[in-house]
Amino acid sequence: MAENIKNQNNGIRFLNPPTLEVRKKKYCRFKKAGIKYVDYKDPEFLKKFLNEQGKILPRRITGTSLKFQRKVAQAVKRARTLALLPYVTDLLK
Amino acid sequence: MLKQYETVFIATPVLSESQMKEAVAKYTDFIKNNGGEVVYEEDWGLRQLAYPIQHKTSGFYHLIQFKGTPEFVASLETQYHRDERIIRFLTVALDKNAVAYAEHRRANKQAKAEAKAEEPAAETNAENAEN
Repeated sequence: MAENIKNQNNGIRFLNPPTLEVRKKKYCRFKKAGIKYVDYKDPEFLKKFLNEQGKILPRRITGTSLKFQRKVAQAVKRARTLALLPYVTDLLK
Repeated sequence: MLKQYETVFIATPVLSESQMKEAVAKYTDFIKNNGGEVVYEEDWGLRQLAYPIQHKTSGFYHLIQFKGTPEFVASLETQYHRDERIIRFLTVALDKNAVAYAEHRRANKQAKAEAKAEEPAAETNAENAEN
């Protein structure tokens, strides 16, 4: 029995079977949905790109393309000017 | 050459409804009298602000989409600065995608408003049918 497991894993024995993490490929939601304009008047939508302190999330987390990351940043800043979004806060979500 | 702009301003919450209407009329007239053209207007009503501005926690939001010259926008913003009722404003130029989006948004709003208007009518019809 022990011999079998040994052979399967090229001689390495694990106490727990190794979990293979399959990461989902990130994608730009604007390109996928064909959105061309990011609206600053819709704070609920813009909240998807903010963390709990109201900071803009980096592209490496949201997967947004560079072109739309710039537009999101612009829209968030406009929304902040109009007090639709806070500049600083705790527990935004 | 007229460009499309969109302006949102926040008026103080202490205004009465008629005062608010008067303020809106002032700016729409100002646009019209200076060779501009009001494309669309939207009243968002009294909203909570995300952070206090001039010790106020709420304000009347109003959106105006208009056509005008770049020089006119500067004079409009001067008017905003001089007006004590306006606590915050933002004017942005609309590119072709933004204009398309604005039209789409307006159409959506209208469709929703019509659906709402039709619903009570349909209900009353149903009631009449029952009777």
